[in-house]
Amino acid sequence: MTGLKRLLADRAAAIGAGLIAALVLVAILAPVLAPFPGDVSEFHLTERLLPPDATHLFGTDRMGSDLFSRILFGARITIAIAVIAVGVSVAIGVPIGLVAGYYGGWSGGLLMRASDIFLAVPQIVLAIAIAQTLGPSVENVILALSATYWPFWARLVYAETRAMKGQVFIEAAQALGASDFRVMVLHILPNIASAIIVRTSIGMGATILTAAALGFLGLGAPPPTPEWGRTISEAREFLPEAWWYAAAPGFAIFLVVMGFNLLGDGLRDILDPKIRRGAK
Amino acid sequence: MRRIEIILSRLLWLIPTLVGLVVVVFFIANVVPTDPARIIAGENATTEQVEALRAELGFDRPLWEQLGIYVRDLATGNMGRSLYTQRPIADDLAHRLPATLELTFAAIIIAIGLGIPLGVVSAVKRNSLTDQVLRVLSVSGLAIASFWLAMELQMLFSTRWGLTPLNGRISGFGPDEITGFFVLDSLLTWDMESLGGALLHLLLPAVTLALPAAATILRFTRAGVLEVINSNFVLYETAMGLPRGLIIWKYVLRNALISTVTQIGLIFGVLFSGAVVVEAVFDWPGLGTYAVQSILQSDNKAILGFTILVGVVFIVVNLIVDILHTFIDPRTLK
Amino acid sequence: MTDALLTISDLSLGFRGEAGFAHILDGVNLTMRPGEIMGLVGESGCGKTTLARAILGVLPRAALELRGGAIGFRGTDMLADGAAQAAIRGRRITFIPQDPFSSLNPVFTIGEQIDDLMKWKSPRRGEGGRWPALLAPYGRSRRAADRAAVIETLEAVQLPQPERLLRKYPHEVSGGQRQRLMIAMALLPEPDLIIADEPTTALDVTIQAQILGLLRRLASERGVAVMLTTHDLGSAWEICDAITVMYAGQDVEAAPVTEFFRAPAHPYTNKLLASLPDAEGGGAMTGIPGEVPDFLAPPPGCRFAPRCERASAACATRPAQTPRGPGHLVRCVHPVAAPVHAEAEA
Repeated sequence: MTGLKRLLADRAAAIGAGLIAALVLVAILAPVLAPFPGDVSEFHLTERLLPPDATHLFGTDRMGSDLFSRILFGARITIAIAVIAVGVSVAIGVPIGLVAGYYGGWSGGLLMRASDIFLAVPQIVLAIAIAQTLGPSVENVILALSATYWPFWARLVYAETRAMKGQVFIEAAQALGASDFRVMVLHILPNIASAIIVRTSIGMGATILTAAALGFLGLGAPPPTPEWGRTISEAREFLPEAWWYAAAPGFAIFLVVMGFNLLGDGLRDILDPKIRRGAK
Repeated sequence: MRRIEIILSRLLWLIPTLVGLVVVVFFIANVVPTDPARIIAGENATTEQVEALRAELGFDRPLWEQLGIYVRDLATGNMGRSLYTQRPIADDLAHRLPATLELTFAAIIIAIGLGIPLGVVSAVKRNSLTDQVLRVLSVSGLAIASFWLAMELQMLFSTRWGLTPLNGRISGFGPDEITGFFVLDSLLTWDMESLGGALLHLLLPAVTLALPAAATILRFTRAGVLEVINSNFVLYETAMGLPRGLIIWKYVLRNALISTVTQIGLIFGVLFSGAVVVEAVFDWPGLGTYAVQSILQSDNKAILGFTILVGVVFIVVNLIVDILHTFIDPRTLK
Repeated sequence: MTDALLTISDLSLGFRGEAGFAHILDGVNLTMRPGEIMGLVGESGCGKTTLARAILGVLPRAALELRGGAIGFRGTDMLADGAAQAAIRGRRITFIPQDPFSSLNPVFTIGEQIDDLMKWKSPRRGEGGRWPALLAPYGRSRRAADRAAVIETLEAVQLPQPERLLRKYPHEVSGGQRQRLMIAMALLPEPDLIIADEPTTALDVTIQAQILGLLRRLASERGVAVMLTTHDLGSAWEICDAITVMYAGQDVEAAPVTEFFRAPAHPYTNKLLASLPDAEGGGAMTGIPGEVPDFLAPPPGCRFAPRCERASAACATRPAQTPRGPGHLVRCVHPVAAPVHAEAEA
C-alpha cells in the first residue's frame, strides 16, 4: 500500500494515474456519457461541421456526427489496441528474454539476434508493412503492433536476467535443487518485475502513438469506426475552417499518452531509483 | 588498433542482421496469399493474361524460391518495379533518400541544438521553476502525435498566416542537383534563391520532427548531467577554482553526452518513425510519402524495398554511433 | 598572531536535511603559519573533510547552514567575500583530493586538464582584464612558460616521461602516479597553502609513505603550507610540524608535533595515542569505549564527555582554548597532568 501512497505523492505520477483512470472510466461508460451514442455509426448531413457549442461540445464532423460522442467511443478502441498489443508483446517478449537470458549460450544468442532484426527498423515501418499486407482493421493493427513490439521486452528481460543470474540468491536456489522453471518464475521474475512494469507503462504510450499513426495512414479500422488517428486524417481536408475537428482527437491522444508517460516516470522513480535515465 | 576491431566486428554483424531482415520482411509481405498478378494485370485482364503475367513475374513458384530470386536480385541492386511509378523501386528509393535524409538531419540538428543546452540547464537548476517547466515540456513533446502536430502547425503557419510554404521541398525548379540535398546543392551552386526556398520549406517539417527527439535528448542529457555533477572530479575541478561555466559545459557535458550518444540510434528511430507520417502531411517527396503511396497501392514490393532500405540506413547509423562512442569515451578502447 | 596564514575562529556550521540539522562543526578554532605543515587528525566522520571543504568553499550550498565564525586567509574574510574567495581558490589555496582515481576527469587527457588549470590558475596569469572570463585569451609566451613549469613540476614529483604522460587518459595511469600528478597540479599555481584531504588512503600501503615524503619535501622546498587531514597519527608524526586533533566536529588539542607526542593533555588525545597500535589502516579507534555522538543531537559542551572517564558536570560547557606550553593549546576542564609516556615507563 505504501507503494501506491508514494506514487500518488509524486505529483506527476498522480496526474498520470488520474489521466489513465479517466480514460478507463470514459471507455467503460462511453454509452452512458455520450450525448449521442448513436453517432458512432449514424450521420446527420444537415448538421455537418458545426463548431463546438452546448449541444455538441467538440463540434460535429463531416458526416454531422457528434465529435464528443465519437471521441468517447474512440477511447474504447485505443484501450483495446494498447492493452492487447502490449499484453501480447509482454507475453511473447518476457518468456523469450527470460529463457535466452537464463540459458545463454548460442540458442540464447540466436533468440536475441532474432529480436535485433526486429529492432533494426523503426517499429512503425515494420508495423506499416504488416498492417498493409493484412488489410485495414483493428485486429490487424493489434497484430502488427504485437509482432513489432515484443523485442523491446525480450531485450529488457534478457539483460535483467543475465544481470540477475550471477546473484548469490539465484545460485543458492539452484544449489538447493530448484528446477530451472522454478528459479526463473519464482526467483528471477519477481526481481525484474519492476523494470518490466516501468517499460510497459511507457510502452503503452508509444503503442498508442503508433496505432494512431497507422490509423492516420488509413491502415487502422475502416470508417465509420471512431478511431482517433483516422478522425484526424478525416479532418485534414476541412482545415483550417473546422479547427475543432482535428483538435479534439489530437488532444485526446496527447492526454492519454502523457498519462502513461508520467505514470511510467513515476513508477521508475519509485520502483527503481537506480535507473534514473531518460526515456527508455 | 582497438577502434578498427570494434568497427570490423560491427560490420560483420551487419550481414546476418540484414539477411535476417530481408527474410522476415519478405515473409511478412507474403503472409496473406494476395494475388499481385491480378492487381498488376488490371481488372479487365482475362484469366490467361493473368496466368501469363504470374509466370512472367515468378509468382507461380514456391515462396522460398521467390525469396531466393528476390535475394539474388537484391544483391545486384534490383528490387523490382513499382506499381505506382512504374519505375525500378531501387531508383525510386535512391531518388527519394536524400530528401528524407535532409529532413532528418535538419531535425536532428534542431533537436540537438535544443535538447542538449536545455537538458544541461534543467539539470544544473534542478527542481527550480525552469527545471519544472522544461520537464513538463519534454514529457509533452514525447506525448504529441507528430502527424497531428504537423497538421496543426501547417494550419497555423501556412494556411492561416501564410508564413511558410504549405508543402513540398521547394517552389520552382530548385538548385541543380549534385547531391540531392537541396540545401547543400544550393550552397554548392551558390543559388541563394533556392537556398532560401529550401530552408523555408524545411522549417515546419523539421521542427515538427525535431520536437519529440529534442524531448528525448533533453531527458537523457539531464539525467546524464545529474549523474556526473556530484562526482569527485567535479568537486576537484571546483575546489581548484576552475570557472563554473567551463566545468559544466566542457567537463560535465562531455561525460553526460556519453549516455546521450549511445542513444542516438534510438533518437534516430524516433525521427525516422516521425518522418513517415510528417512527410505524408507536408507532401515531402521522401521515403515516407513513397511508403504511404505504396500502401495505398498495395504495392508489396515497394514496401519491402522501403523497409529494407530503412533497415540498412538504421544499421549504418548505429555503426556510426558505435564509432563515435569510441572517440567520445576513451575508456571503451581499454 | 599577526603572521598567521590561515585563521579559523569559532567556525560553526552544519547541514539541514530531512532528519533535521546536523551540527557538524562546533566552534572550531585553528591557526596555521606560512610554510607550516599541519596535520588535522581525527577519526573518520570527525568533521575534518568538512572543515577542509569549508576553507575551499565547496560545501554543498543547498543544505549548508552557517551558524557563525570566520575563516581568515591573509586578511581576507573567506566567508564574507565570495569574489575574493573565488580568486584565492585554486590560486593561493590548492587541493589534493582523497581519491586520485575518480578525481581526474575520465574523458579528457591529463594534458588537457592541466592545460585548463594553467590557463586559469597559472601564477603568470594577469588579473582580470577586459575580456569576459571564458573568452580570455591565453597568450603564446605565457603558454610556453606555463608548459615549461608543467614539465618541471611533473619531473619534480618524479613522474617519468612527462611529455608522454600528458597525452594519456587518467585510466591509463596507476594510482600512485595519479596522486603524484595531483600533487604536481596542487603545486603548479604556486599557492601559499595546499589542502590535502587524506591524500593516501586510496593508495597501496607500500606507496603511502613515498607520496607523503614527496609532499613534505616539495612543500618545504617551495615554502608552501600544507593542511593534511588524516586519521593516521603515524603519518602525521612523520611529516607534520604541528598537529590539531578534532573530535566530533570540535577542535580538542593543538600542539607542535614533538610537544604533542611528549605531553598530550586532552583525554581524547591520550586515548588516541594509547590505541595507536590497534588503529592500523582502519578509521575507527577501537580502543575507546562508547560511540561517536550523533550530529543531529550532540551532547552540550565537550562532545567527548560521554566517553570520558574524567568528565564532570563542568564539561557541559565547552572550555576555552587554554595554553599548556609554547604553541600548545588544549580545550579541557580536566586535562591529563604530566607526560603519560614518562609515567608509563616509570
